[in-house]
Amino acid sequence: MKKLILPAVVFAVGVSMVNGQQLSGAGATFPAPLYQRWAVEYNKQVPSIQVNYQSVGSGAGVKNFLQGVVDFGASDAAMTDEEIADAPRGAVLVPATAGSIVLAYNLPGITNLKLSRAALAGIFLGKITKWNDPAIVGANPGMALPDRPVNVAYRSDGSGTTYVFTQHLSAISPEFDEQIGFDKSVAFPAGIGGKGNEGVTALVKQAPGTIGYVEYGYAEQNGLTVASIENKAGNFIVPTPESGAAALASVELPENLRIWPVDPTTPDAYPITTFTWILLAKKYDDPAKAKALKDFVSYGLTEGQSLSVQLGYIPLPEAVVSRANKALSSVE
Amino acid sequence: MSMAGIEGMHDAVARRWPDFFQWLCRAASLAVVGVLLWIFWEIFQQAAPALDKLGLGFLSGASWQPNRDRYGVLPFLVGTGATALIALLLAFPPGLAIAIFLSEDFLPRPVRQCIRFVVELLAAIPSVVYGLWGIFVVIPIVQSLGTWVSERSGGFPLFAGPAYGNSLLTAGIVLALMVLPTITAISRAALVAVPRVLREGAYALGATRWETILGVILPTAAPGVVAATILALGRAMGETMAVAMLIGNSPRLSASLFAPSGTLASLLANQFGEAEGMQVSALMYAALLLVALTLLVNFGGELVLRYTERRTAGIR
Amino acid sequence: MDKPLTHTTDFFEDGSLESGKMMGRSLVNRLLTALCIVLSFAAMIPLGSILYLVVKNGLPLLSPSVFTSLPPAAGMTGGGFGNAVVGTCIMVGLGLAMSVLPAVLAAIFICEYSPNGRLAGAVRFVAKLLTGIPSIICGVFAFAAVVTVTGEFSALAGGVALAVLMLPTILLTSEQALLGVQKAYREASYGLGATRFQTIFRVVLPDALPAILTGVMLAVARAAGETAPLIFTALFSQFWMSSLMEPTASLSVLIYNFSTMPFEYQVKMAWTASLVLVCLVTAVNVTAQLVFAKKH
Repeated sequence: MKKLILPAVVFAVGVSMVNGQQLSGAGATFPAPLYQRWAVEYNKQVPSIQVNYQSVGSGAGVKNFLQGVVDFGASDAAMTDEEIADAPRGAVLVPATAGSIVLAYNLPGITNLKLSRAALAGIFLGKITKWNDPAIVGANPGMALPDRPVNVAYRSDGSGTTYVFTQHLSAISPEFDEQIGFDKSVAFPAGIGGKGNEGVTALVKQAPGTIGYVEYGYAEQNGLTVASIENKAGNFIVPTPESGAAALASVELPENLRIWPVDPTTPDAYPITTFTWILLAKKYDDPAKAKALKDFVSYGLTEGQSLSVQLGYIPLPEAVVSRANKALSSVE
Repeated sequence: MSMAGIEGMHDAVARRWPDFFQWLCRAASLAVVGVLLWIFWEIFQQAAPALDKLGLGFLSGASWQPNRDRYGVLPFLVGTGATALIALLLAFPPGLAIAIFLSEDFLPRPVRQCIRFVVELLAAIPSVVYGLWGIFVVIPIVQSLGTWVSERSGGFPLFAGPAYGNSLLTAGIVLALMVLPTITAISRAALVAVPRVLREGAYALGATRWETILGVILPTAAPGVVAATILALGRAMGETMAVAMLIGNSPRLSASLFAPSGTLASLLANQFGEAEGMQVSALMYAALLLVALTLLVNFGGELVLRYTERRTAGIR
Repeated sequence: MDKPLTHTTDFFEDGSLESGKMMGRSLVNRLLTALCIVLSFAAMIPLGSILYLVVKNGLPLLSPSVFTSLPPAAGMTGGGFGNAVVGTCIMVGLGLAMSVLPAVLAAIFICEYSPNGRLAGAVRFVAKLLTGIPSIICGVFAFAAVVTVTGEFSALAGGVALAVLMLPTILLTSEQALLGVQKAYREASYGLGATRFQTIFRVVLPDALPAILTGVMLAVARAAGETAPLIFTALFSQFWMSSLMEPTASLSVLIYNFSTMPFEYQVKMAWTASLVLVCLVTAVNVTAQLVFAKKH
């Protein structure tokens, strides 16, 4: 081992960058591919700034940010008022990107399934157990739905995705709200858990009859079939960047920029979408670090948005970007 | 480390060095004990609120609902025990067989080296890769086999359907592979350590090869083999990543081998990163339990070890 | 195993000249050998399958450039995992540096100096307990003990987590190795007038060294492949490391991260990294074996 280490160290030091600004961030898994891509692209533009973002989960992102072990955090579930009040360095929430949560399913031969609100809640309450249940058939007239058991796949790890998804289910089904409720990790009464979006993706791919909720990007990249979901206006909406953007445009951002489009009313809005936030301290000890951070996030809010669609995210609406930039300028 | 340097030293120093070395060994021993206490203290400190609030109900509770602050760890306890047991049952016979192969002269030396090399490779494969492999290879097999068995078992609870690919059995099978190198390597060391004299004595009395192995070598090496099994059990219980990828992570109790389940370690892997407040504490409580379980297992193993040592004392 | 060995010559009482009995015994002998072969090969099949998959899926992207370039970000292709190879070597090295000495010294203490003492009993007990601590707990512990104290995810924290993981494995295998040294050796050494210290260094340790190194190898192999302890401690990095006090890439975390990405290319890269990781550990093993071969 020792034989290996010495050359390795020499090698590492030989090629590593010893000056410049190292920024570290950690948090939500959902925007990680995008943030890491921003870091690489930004590093090409400004070689002296290296941003190291690691996906550890929204909860851990908030925790690490509060503990001060990272320069910035990232979270889908935002921070609670208590958490913001507790932040030793203060906290500024900047919405950085957004995404849809889609219902991916595996039914050979069926590609355009529609799920009504009742069917969606019923499946995740464990009450709808067969694919040819009247509640599902009702919205899909003429479709040859099989007499297969419905196999639910959910996230076994705590995740912002579960938080947003169960928030929506609680909003559309009082029964779900009462029995299960919403959180980053809940106990679904039926089905199997997979770790991460990829875990759920794998579960859906593996077994016909499975349905699970994943981030849009995962479904897109893995070629999963996704269901159209009934929104508040009663329309069945296919998840696309446009239908997601319609949902985001419908919300009025509050002062702290923390809001979820839980059940948007716009007729063409896809009903399950969420912002995801970058958490910055109000005041940094090192002005150079603060400046580097602000420059990086500012890049993400402007040029960086063009990478969103390519990676399966929803670009932020103009109004949100200007508000986010304003919040960013309050960081010192 | 050579003695040359030490011999070249001044006499007085050379006389004191052994004492110093003994003191160093003692200090190292104390440090090892200290590390465990330190870990215990860290975990215990974080688990304290949950210990206070949940008490022993934590063990018998069968529902785990972080958003309702309901924490019952029974399904995960059962899952931990069951997967580790399946793994040992599957890994012990081949593990020991390979160890015997490697320590006796059944096979020409190059072949033995080759087998040993493969087993060592196994130890080098990361948990995550086992997980990936399990997803590609084991899950489809278990799923089709499980469906076939559960349809024909007439509702026998152990084989009850519906059969999932991500199940207790899948995790057990992959765990078995993961602990096999541990069993083989340490059993082999114990078998090789059996004095040649015993082997030659048995042959001289006209014993066949297997009479020698079963009657003389295995009983002599038994403590080492038991130790190997215990280490393997500890590893099976603590294995995280592969299990989390394969077991289905369900917090529901089920008697079926083909049902999704969860283990204490996979619970931690799945939820620690995202946990807050009471959930962290409950997870730490679960960690404490896991440590307590291993303590029990090892303690049991220790008793077995002592017993076999006493029984074979005559031929040592 | 299952019948008490009251009398070792039980088997051979009747001189074994009756050919029937002879036949039976040699048949049992053959059957057991066959069973052993079947069991061993049954275990080899899945191993073969794993290795085949790792090689098959890992080879396409394997090229010298993966060792000198940085991981590709989402949606990009090319790149490699040079920083992760370096990070893994350094963190496992740190873990080894922190654990091997105390582990072996403690093993010497409990075997040679004070086998029946209270402290030795405690050390054995603690080591057994430590083996059962799941790797993820080592990570949580190192997070609490190092990361929160230094305020930084770091290679050092990863090293500490791995050291805690390796310590009991090395200790227990070293103990077995020292116990495996025959009493007669020690007695002969004492008989020649050697002190205990001299006996340990000139007789016991050289004799036990191969077995100790086997234990160290097992520990290294295990540590190098561990993901759970590094996720909360060393995290990962897209860049080359410039100090021990910053987030550090490692092969195992890269495999975990990339195998969970929705991008085909990153998954391929994860398999390639698996191949490299397996080869790296194997190289260490082989080097060690060559060293043994020279010694004996």
